[in-house]
Amino acid sequence: MKHLIAEFEALKTRFPPGSDSSLVLPCLRRIQEERGYIAEADIDGLVDYLGVPRIQIEEVLSFYTQFRRKPIGRWHLQVCHNVSCSMRGAEPILDHLARKLGVAPGQTTPDGRFTLSTVECLGSCGTAPVVVVNDAYHENTSIEQLDAFLRSLK
Amino acid sequence: MSGTKLLMTFPVTATSHTLADYRARGGYRALEKALNQMKPEEVTREVTASGVLGHGGAAFPVGRKWAVVKLNDGQPHYLCCNADEGEPGTFKDRWILEHDPHLLLESMLIASYALGVRHSFVYIRGEFDLPYRRLAGAVEEAYEAGYFGERILGTDFACDVVVYRGAGSYVCGEASGLITSIEGKKGYPRNRPPRLTVHGLYQRPTVVNNVETLANVAGIIARGADAYKKVGTPKSPGTQLVSISGHINRPGVYEVEYGYPLAKFLYEDCGGILGARALKALIPGGISTKVLTGAEAESLIYDHASFAKAGSSLGSGGMIVIAEGTCMVRLLQVMLRFYHHESCGQCTPCRDGMGWLHRIIDRIVAGEGVPEDIERMQAISRANDGTTICGMGDAAGYATVAILEKFRDEFDYWIAHKRSRCDGRLEVPGHA
Repeated sequence: MKHLIAEFEALKTRFPPGSDSSLVLPCLRRIQEERGYIAEADIDGLVDYLGVPRIQIEEVLSFYTQFRRKPIGRWHLQVCHNVSCSMRGAEPILDHLARKLGVAPGQTTPDGRFTLSTVECLGSCGTAPVVVVNDAYHENTSIEQLDAFLRSLK
Repeated sequence: MSGTKLLMTFPVTATSHTLADYRARGGYRALEKALNQMKPEEVTREVTASGVLGHGGAAFPVGRKWAVVKLNDGQPHYLCCNADEGEPGTFKDRWILEHDPHLLLESMLIASYALGVRHSFVYIRGEFDLPYRRLAGAVEEAYEAGYFGERILGTDFACDVVVYRGAGSYVCGEASGLITSIEGKKGYPRNRPPRLTVHGLYQRPTVVNNVETLANVAGIIARGADAYKKVGTPKSPGTQLVSISGHINRPGVYEVEYGYPLAKFLYEDCGGILGARALKALIPGGISTKVLTGAEAESLIYDHASFAKAGSSLGSGGMIVIAEGTCMVRLLQVMLRFYHHESCGQCTPCRDGMGWLHRIIDRIVAGEGVPEDIERMQAISRANDGTTICGMGDAAGYATVAILEKFRDEFDYWIAHKRSRCDGRLEVPGHA
């Protein structure tokens, strides 16, 4: 993470002075964006850089669902299965993806290409059902559209 | 056309979110007016006089929250905009962030001026990608144009803004959980008192307002409190961005003037129920507001008083329409899985209670429920009432009890017959 410190210093300029603790989430997000997950070395580096207790970082990593301690698949398929999406067909979509990829939600395909997850409300209820692939929202989606998308990746 | 519009007043185009378009709509003139013609106290007085209510769910009068912050008390003050928008069924703030981010920024500058704030934050949920990019782009445009930083518009006023991204946590949409998260910690809510306006972010006086709430400030300053009060009803001034989803023909975000008839909104503006079915139930403002039956809902006027009288509330404006034929047992199962997943674990009644509720409903759906389960679920839900630090435990309990009471027969049926009376269906066939 050391090569990111210049970026982190730039980030600090808009924060109130002396609020280094607030940088824990933005720094972790940036590190994960680059590495794909948070490694032990990243935690050590942040403890040094921000001067926060190690337990604070460990707690943040386990509390927020978007942080990962391990790598996941190249393509992360996140199916919202909250109320509005379930009312518009999220459950058959989830079943279909699980069958097609041969993994249960929370698992990664053996070739490391796909991770399937269920997620809670993504604020896309008016365009339900929604599946988020990495960061991109696929709204008003369907089994047919997702199949076509998966084919396009090959 | 759901009444007068205050926010959705321009056609959305590929560039309507940019500074150039915003200025062409008259943008940043309210800021000029506030900085050049008004004292900070006068801004707060105008906002108080407008009667604008919080639009995040609790409908607390904005002026009363702001008035707690004492100017010149020798300590820093903070403003946090709540853009965590995680209450299931709610996606209205996304509209402002994606299409009118400068309105939010201008409003935040005016609020910061009124409250003596040097550093402000927008806490945006981690999953939002386009809303984040739009807002972050607008922030850079605003800095370049001199609206943020030192000596704003040539005055002594200085202000910075940070767009702070969450990382996946429902409870961080609760004001004190949000603040704890901005401090770089797990987002545990805090006990009050002390109020956040006394000891908030970094233990300093802090105002936390929802995106839509703040977005109304620029208009109130530009057009005056009296003009704002002319819209809506005497007790519910203004408008609400309603995000409507579920079994409705035209889901989306609509600006609804308070006082507008609900049936007209559902059947004319939103095109009626999917498959021309009857309205079975309505969740009025995010799943944590109490469900209304179709019969209860259809005669209502869209304002705080009539929804309160019907035993529910407008909440966050996240309306979910439920058509006849939908299985309420399965619906509650989806809700309880969510609450169990999102309980932050700090307070025992919520941490254990949501897990118990989730396991009991799973058991009922698996055909292994027993008649006592319903009373057990009600008792567990009620044990959350007033016993948790934040309001989410209480709200989850109220929402659960309302479904159990109003659709009791469906739960009894599933327990007795080991199957759903509605085929366990959540979709309207042909409209998935």
